[in-house]
Amino acid sequence: MSNLTVSNGSLALGFVLVIVALIIGYKEKLGIDKDIVIGVVRAIVQLSIVGYILKFVIKTNDIWLTLACFVIIVINAAYNAGKRGNGIPKAFRFSLLAISVGTIVTLGTLVLTGSIKFVPEQIVPVTGMIASNIMVAIGLCYRNMKQTFSDRHQQILEKLALGADVKLASLDILRDSIRSGMQPTIDSIKTLGLVSLPGMMSGLIFAGVDPVKAIKYQIMVTFMLLASTSLGSIISCYLAYKQFYNEQKQLNINLIS
Amino acid sequence: MENILEVKNLFYQADEQKILKDITLNIEKGSYVTFIGPSGSGKSTLMRILADMINASSGEVIFDGKNINEYEPTEYRQRVSYAFQQPTLFGKTVKDNLEFPYLVRNKEFDRTEVSKYLEMVNLSESYIDKSVNDVSGGEKQRIALLRNLIFQPEVLITDEVTTGLDADNKTIVRNLIDKFNHDNGVTVLRVTHDDAEIASASKTIRIENGEMK
Repeated sequence: MSNLTVSNGSLALGFVLVIVALIIGYKEKLGIDKDIVIGVVRAIVQLSIVGYILKFVIKTNDIWLTLACFVIIVINAAYNAGKRGNGIPKAFRFSLLAISVGTIVTLGTLVLTGSIKFVPEQIVPVTGMIASNIMVAIGLCYRNMKQTFSDRHQQILEKLALGADVKLASLDILRDSIRSGMQPTIDSIKTLGLVSLPGMMSGLIFAGVDPVKAIKYQIMVTFMLLASTSLGSIISCYLAYKQFYNEQKQLNINLIS
Repeated sequence: MENILEVKNLFYQADEQKILKDITLNIEKGSYVTFIGPSGSGKSTLMRILADMINASSGEVIFDGKNINEYEPTEYRQRVSYAFQQPTLFGKTVKDNLEFPYLVRNKEFDRTEVSKYLEMVNLSESYIDKSVNDVSGGEKQRIALLRNLIFQPEVLITDEVTTGLDADNKTIVRNLIDKFNHDNGVTVLRVTHDDAEIASASKTIRIENGEMK
């Protein structure tokens, strides 16, 4: 494993790459220098803390501590996904439910089928992978939903005026929003191995695992992400679209920008 | 004659602005009432309240003896149908639009029945499969109006549906609405600025600055 060690010196030298990004940002007047600095500092601090916490959790190998990590990851993911749904009432609650269900179902299936073991070194990273993918998917769903409700509000009004229920009036938007949440996962699946060697597989190859075995893990991850993003997108969209209507099944104009 | 709609002391206010002030009126079953008045006087707002698209700030609307809030909104809107000034067509084809009233009622699309309705507005059966991008503005309004009428409502509210149409299209649209009123007894509430329509109206109600005049 010695070939995996990154010394503090080489890490400092790697920082040169950040300076390149900063120089480009400054020269081109992109106004992103502050964001880059904040992003880099946050990444260093957050990852350092997480590194020590993970070391402790893995060493302790306690079920409650593992579950606590699961809960923290899911809540954080839901909070960030909820922010994307800013303006949609109860967006955080819906994200929390969608991410919880998506993660529990996917993780549960993987554990029950023996694909992974219920040990912290497997549960915590896989939870992170699943929850972050659902988080991105839900964020895209919310953004698409807000935009399309705004773009197509005249059409919705006409459908309601014809006596349609809110679900029938929103069906096109629901389908588009769910699709927009799942599309990045589907696109990345199509190019697996051709464009990217994803994180899980690369990590295992780095750690010296036979690439053929690493591929099996990656295929499992692919199934896992497909299932979790579809579950998360469907649950969040089906809960969120109703917020665009009031109790009288009228379009809630306040939510339409 | 029995009243199908009764409006009692209706007010509507948006952002401190009073748009409708104390509107009280009765609409008889089977009548054809034309609402006139300057733009921005509150006619369309009144129609949208009657169509249950928005709620009044105060006052009540009684339909067929019951407050409209007591109806299941989808049931009410199937009985009191609202046609927009500049309708959009849904989906990809004309069929997507004419099938919609069937979907709303969980019924199978009936091509023969729909063809008969298309004939009423001088459109052939072949229009069913046309792309919505291939129909003209006038045809669009005729198709949109059929969405309201395929399952005959008890009240049809038309909000300047002939505005912007050429003379031929105006005649086709007017004849269709007249036919449903005369032959089938559909109550019609019409908002219009068209001089010919106002001149031929049997009953008019004038709204100015949110008040009945």
